[in-house]
Amino acid sequence: MAAVLSRVATFAIDGIDPRPVWVEVDVRPGLPTFRVVGMAGKAVRESRDRVRAAILNSGFEFPARRITANLAPASLPKVGPGFDAGLAVGLLAASGQCPAEGLERWAVFGELSLGGELRPCRGVLSAAEGARRSGLRGLIVPRERAREAALVEGIEVAAVASLRDVAEVLEGGTVPELPPAEKALPDSPDTEIDLADVRGHVLPLRALEIAAAGGHNLLMEGPPGSGKTMLARRLPSLLPSLSLDEALEVTRIHSAAGVQRHPGLARTRPFRAPHHTISASGLVGGGQVPMPGEASLAHHGVLFLDELSEFSRPSLEALRQPLEDGHATIVRGQRALLFPTRFMLVAATNPCPCGYAGSERPCSCSDAELARHRRRLSGPLLDRLDLLMTVSRPSAEQLRAPAHSSSAVVRERVLAARERQARRLRDSAASCNGQLDARLVRSHVRADEAAQRALGRAYDAGALSARGHDRVLRVACTIADLDGRDGVGVDDVMQSLALRLRVADSWEVAA
Amino acid sequence: MSVNGAGTGACAVCLRRTWLIARLAGAIELAWAARRPLPALLALTDEELIAALGGERRERLRAEWEDFSAAAARQRCDDRAVTAICRCDRRYPPALRELPDPPAVLHVFGDPGRFVALVEQDCVAVVGARRGTPYGLEQARGLGRGLSAAGLTVVSGMALGIDSAAHLGALDSAGTTVAVLAGGAERAYPASKRQLHARIAAAGAVVSELPPGAAVRRWTFPARNRIIAALGRLTVVVEAGERSGSLITATLSLDLGRDVAAMPGLVTSPASAGANGLIVDGARLVRGAADVLELLYGAEAGQLTATAPTPAALPGDLSALLERVGGGCDTVAALTADGTGLDSVLAGLAQLELRRLVWRAEGGRYVCRAR
Ligand SMILES: Nc1ncnc2c1ncn2[C@@H]1O[C@H](COP(=O)(O)OP(=O)(O)OP(=O)(O)O)[C@@H](O)[C@H]1O
Ligand SMILES: [Mg+2]
Repeated sequence: MAAVLSRVATFAIDGIDPRPVWVEVDVRPGLPTFRVVGMAGKAVRESRDRVRAAILNSGFEFPARRITANLAPASLPKVGPGFDAGLAVGLLAASGQCPAEGLERWAVFGELSLGGELRPCRGVLSAAEGARRSGLRGLIVPRERAREAALVEGIEVAAVASLRDVAEVLEGGTVPELPPAEKALPDSPDTEIDLADVRGHVLPLRALEIAAAGGHNLLMEGPPGSGKTMLARRLPSLLPSLSLDEALEVTRIHSAAGVQRHPGLARTRPFRAPHHTISASGLVGGGQVPMPGEASLAHHGVLFLDELSEFSRPSLEALRQPLEDGHATIVRGQRALLFPTRFMLVAATNPCPCGYAGSERPCSCSDAELARHRRRLSGPLLDRLDLLMTVSRPSAEQLRAPAHSSSAVVRERVLAARERQARRLRDSAASCNGQLDARLVRSHVRADEAAQRALGRAYDAGALSARGHDRVLRVACTIADLDGRDGVGVDDVMQSLALRLRVADSWEVAA
Repeated sequence: MSVNGAGTGACAVCLRRTWLIARLAGAIELAWAARRPLPALLALTDEELIAALGGERRERLRAEWEDFSAAAARQRCDDRAVTAICRCDRRYPPALRELPDPPAVLHVFGDPGRFVALVEQDCVAVVGARRGTPYGLEQARGLGRGLSAAGLTVVSGMALGIDSAAHLGALDSAGTTVAVLAGGAERAYPASKRQLHARIAAAGAVVSELPPGAAVRRWTFPARNRIIAALGRLTVVVEAGERSGSLITATLSLDLGRDVAAMPGLVTSPASAGANGLIVDGARLVRGAADVLELLYGAEAGQLTATAPTPAALPGDLSALLERVGGGCDTVAALTADGTGLDSVLAGLAQLELRRLVWRAEGGRYVCRAR
C-alpha cells in the first residue's frame, strides 16, 4: 500500500502573533512508529501520546504503520499544546478516516484530552486572526473558546467539543453553533471599589484624577497604612471603558498568555499588581518560549508596583524601554518579538525601610539603610514618572469627615478631559497627554508666554531634567484639559511642578 | 628642621607625637572605654603614654619611637597632599593652645595658607544632631550662609545632618568653612559626604589631628569635638537630642570659657530637647546669623549679614501663604483645611519653591527658608 499524505492548517503562537503552520502527516507501511519532526517543542512531542489516546478513545483506529508528522515551516520553533487537534486530524485524514477536502477550507486549533475532547488552550484569538489573514473559510476551535475566535470578523467559527465533532465538520455536516453569549457585564469597572471610600487625601485624590485624565504615571510615597494601595486600586474606576480596538488587543494578549478570567472580549481595563519578587522577564516578557510579561498584561490598563523599592534593580531597569516606547522587544534567535506595553504605571513606596521617615512617628532606620533606600528609588525610573507625591496619614478628623467625591463624579471629569485630548490629538499616534513624546509635546502642547517663562525658570534652577521638563508640560496640559481649556497657563505649570518637584532631594544631592 | 618655615615643616618631635597617638589609637580606645578621661590621656607626655598604654609592647614601641623618621612621616603627608602644621609653627591656631591637651599637629587638606587665614578670622562652631529635622537642617544651613557672608568662618565636623548643613550654608555664600574630621583629613568621613569633602577642601579647609590614613575610632570623635570647640569663639547648637554628642562640644566650649548659644525648637520636639535645655541652663538664644553677629559684635552688627529675599517683595497672596507655612500650616492638607482652593495652594507653593523661599521635606512638608 502506497504512502498517504495529508495537510492540516494550524497556527503557532509566537509571542502574541499567529504564524501559519502546516501539519503534514505521512502514513506508510513499515514498523509501527509515530514521529513528529520540524522543530517541535517538548509539549508538542508529548502530544503524541495524547493524540494516540484521543484517537482510540474517540472510536477511531490508530494505524499500525510508520507515521511521520512534519510541522512546517521547520524554521519556526513550535511550542504549546495547540497542535494536538491538527496532528490528530492530519492522522485521521492520512489514514482515510476523515475526508481530506475539508482541510483546504478549515484550520484546526486546540488541545486534546485523552478522552478525545477538545480542550480550551491559549492564543485562540490570535489563531483566528491568523485564519482570516490566510484566507481560510474558518477555524475549528474548542467550544469554550469559540466566542473569542468569533471576535474576528470574516471567518466562520466551528465550536466543537470533541475530535468526533471535528471529523463531522470536515465531512460537511452542520457547523456547530457558538455557545450562548455570556451575560453582559456592566461596562464600568468593579463598582465595589469606589473613591468614596477614601477620606482626606485632597492632594493624592487630585493627583489620581490628573493621572487618570491624562494617562500619566504616578508614584505615591507614604507611611504604612496611609492608603496608598487603597488609592491605586481605585484608579481603574476612574478610567474610560476600553474601546473595541483596545479590548481586542487586550484579549489577544491575555489569551496568548492564558490568563483570561472569562472567555470572549475583555471588558475592563487590566489592573496588574505583580509581587515585588518578580523577575525582569516576568515583568516585561521573555522566557524560552517568549511570553508576554506583566507590563504587556497591563497594556491599556494599570501596572501597579506596590513597594517599589523592594523590586530588584534589573526588573526596574527592564521597565525603562517599555515605559518610553510603549512596547517591549524580546529577541530570540533571528526574530524580534514586540509586546505592546502601553500601561499607566502606578507605584507605591514607603519613604524609608521602617516606613516612618517624615511622619509623626520617629524613623528607626540607620543612615546606611536610608542611603540604600534613596539610591534604589533615584535615577532613571523616577525621571520617567509624571506625578510624585506624598500620601500622609489622614487625621482622625479627616477619617470622620464625609468623602470628597465618588468615582462616578471624577470619572465624568476624566472622560471630558480625555475627549478634549482625543480631539486635539486626532491626527497623531497618541490618544492622551501621557503618550506624548518630545516631538508631540512641541507640536501639540500650547503654553502661553508666562507659562514658558515659569517652566524655564524651574529648569534653570536645576530642578528638572530635559525629560522632566516635557513631563511637567504634559501634566500641565492635562490640568488645563480638566479645566476645559486647550492652552497651558502659568498656574497649570505651577500646579504640575508642585505635583512633581522634590526640592528636598536636590537639597540632599548638593550635600 | 625648620620651626617657623613654610611647607610641611612640622617639627620631628610633634610629628613623632602624632605618630605615637595614631600608633596607640587602639590602646587609647580601650583606656577610654574603661573611663579614663580623654584630656588626661592626651595630656600625657610621649614617655608616659608608652608606659601607661604600651602594655607588653612597651619595649618595642620605645624602640620604634626612638627610631622614628620624621622624613618618612613628611613624605606620607606630601603623598596625600596633606600639610602638617605643628604647635611649634607660628601658623598654629593660637586658639588651640588654650586647650589642656592641644593637638601636636594639625593636618590640613586644602590650601594651608587659606586655612591659616580662615582661623585668623573669628570662627563660629555650628554643631547638632546627625538626624536633623527639616527645620533644623534649614536653620543650620541658614546660619552657615549668614555667618560666612559676614566674613566669619564656620567650623563643624562634616557629620551627617546639622554639621553638613552648616558647611553647605557656608559654601552657598563665601565658602569660609573648616571641617574638623575624626579620621585622616584627606578622606571623607562619612564616605557619603565625599562631594561635600571635596567642596570644603576646595573653598575652605579640612583638618584633622590624626595623620593621613588614620581610621576613625570611638574616642576620636570627642577628641575632634575639643578642636571644634576650641577653634570657635562661640559654639551654636542647632538641634540636639537630650544625650547628643553636640552637648559635649557645648560643655567643652564652656570649659574653655567660650560662649555657647542654641537655636530653639518646639518644646514638644525631641530633636530639640538638648538645645532647648541649653537655653534653660543659660545658653544664649539665637534665631539666626543676625543674632549670632549681634552676640559677638553688638547691636548694629546684626544688620550686616545677607538675609533671604524679603517676603515683602512678594505679591500679597504669596506672602500670606508663606506666613501660613511658617506658622505651622506646612502641608497641602493643612493649607486647604480651611477651604482654600487646592489649585491655588499648589500653584502658590510652587511659586514659593521656585523663589527658594520654601523647600519640600520628607512627608510632603514645606519648610520656610531660614532668615
Ligand atoms: N484615607 C483613607 N480613608 C479611608 N480609609 C483609609 C484611608 N487610608 C487608609 N485607610 C484604611 O487603611 C487600610 C490600609 O490602607 P492601605 O493598604 O492602602 O495602606 P498602604 O499605604 O498601602 O500601606 P502599606 O505601606 O503598609 O502597604 C485601607 O484598607 C483602609 O481601610
Ligand atoms: Mg500597600
